[in-house]
Amino acid sequence: MPGPLKHCSRWPSVPSVSGVIETWRDLFLAPGGVRGDVSPPTLAKVLNVALALVLLIGTVTLCLFSLNINWVWGSVWNYRDSLFKGWLMTVGVTAVALVSSTVGGFLLALCQRSSVLLLRYFVKVLVEIVRCLPLLVLILLVWYGFCTVFGIGNDYRYAAGIFILTLFESAYISEIFRSGIESVGKSQIESARAIGFTRAQTYRYVIIPQAIRQVLPPLVGQLVSLIKDSSLLSYIAIQELTFTAQQVNSNTASSLETYIPLAVGYLILTVPIALWSRWLERRFKYET
Amino acid sequence: MKLSLHDVVKRFGTHTVIDRVSLELDGVHCLALIGPSGGGKSTLLRIIAGLEYPNNGSVAINGKPIEYHDEALLQHRRSIGTVFQAFNLFPHLTALKNITLPLEKVHGRSREEALELAEGTLRRFQLLDHSHKKPAELSGGQRQRVAIARAIAIKPQVVLLDEPTSALDPEMTAEVLELIDELKQEGRDLVLVTHEMGFARRLADRVALLSAGRIAEIGLPEQIFGASQSEVTKGFLRRVLKY
Repeated sequence: MPGPLKHCSRWPSVPSVSGVIETWRDLFLAPGGVRGDVSPPTLAKVLNVALALVLLIGTVTLCLFSLNINWVWGSVWNYRDSLFKGWLMTVGVTAVALVSSTVGGFLLALCQRSSVLLLRYFVKVLVEIVRCLPLLVLILLVWYGFCTVFGIGNDYRYAAGIFILTLFESAYISEIFRSGIESVGKSQIESARAIGFTRAQTYRYVIIPQAIRQVLPPLVGQLVSLIKDSSLLSYIAIQELTFTAQQVNSNTASSLETYIPLAVGYLILTVPIALWSRWLERRFKYET
Repeated sequence: MKLSLHDVVKRFGTHTVIDRVSLELDGVHCLALIGPSGGGKSTLLRIIAGLEYPNNGSVAINGKPIEYHDEALLQHRRSIGTVFQAFNLFPHLTALKNITLPLEKVHGRSREEALELAEGTLRRFQLLDHSHKKPAELSGGQRQRVAIARAIAIKPQVVLLDEPTSALDPEMTAEVLELIDELKQEGRDLVLVTHEMGFARRLADRVALLSAGRIAEIGLPEQIFGASQSEVTKGFLRRVLKY
């Protein structure tokens, strides 16, 4: 295991590594120079986070004022129930797609390592094509092409929507699993063989427990993408948050009054998950 | 142990790594395989371990020929303890778990039995204090000793060691060699690939020198290290013992 980096005197040590604020530079420059892995002093952190927020909020406020909007919140407020229902639909669709995409991604990753070559290459080609298509194009292709061919109509609109989302996310998740599995060293698999583990036992006791720490942070990160991507299902009239917002928008002739709640609706879901992913990444990084 | 190899050939692509190796041993407890890198020592050991298929020829251990197909090889590997140069242990499991896992899942022992066997083995190797540490918390020498403990806990018919000290510094090398020495004293059957010439000379009943995929010479250690007539052996020993 690589030990912690030692301080190397050859590196320019302009900001101090001590974490103590000695000069004004320590308030604005991170310690450790190129290393970038040294936590800055708390005061510097708080100060710069606050400044960043002021900058961000200031810019947004300035923009809104210069737009000179005549805010009409009342008419949008009347539609709060349908917006909330749309939000719940987004939560529901993503929750189902989350489970099916994780299972699907895992299966696709296993298929890509199958000894049955037809299965292996079929899945490899499929995953590559799906990953190279924009989600919107995939939605249109599957809904107007595949679903029409197989007579899947209005009754199964939601199932089809979830299926397309699952297909798309599974392709990405299978790559996450694949790299996780490949991060487990060849020597580990060799040891497992020497001990006499079967293929299934090797996955169960050796590969999966070690791959999980590699896989979990990006997998949770992909969940954020999944939630965001679900908004494109509005194109085939899945009545989730974006679709509802567009309807409210045309009914009330408002603009930002619906789009701001729309953004907030997604942020409520995605920000905590993104933070969770970060936290997992840090946790697995330091744990040996 | 009885070990017989007959006309064993192993090719990787067009490169012949093992070139029609035959040998017949009976009543030998410790066979050391020495020779230059790329000479085929490790590949030969891996064929005996059932980790590699030979392209031709046959291998028999204690009179039982190894059948080279998946199901039979799985059974074969389960009857043998193999220790590699490094990274033998599973890093997500404690030393103890590393030993009990194969006992439970491969050899069908109950939890209690596996625990008892594993602790017994660790105690004998003075490793019991480390049983709840993960491999990352162990020194290189301790890791290899736990790996050897895992290999013998299953009561294998033979223990195969593939350069078990090559990744270690001299002090750790000594502690691992001592342990291997102990195994020998217990009368366990060993096949050892090694670069430690002094150790091979002292420990082995038989030494085989592999060069360019062939057995250049096989004999008693005194013969190989003291009175070899083979130019290949003399050249190899001159090179490795020079410094």
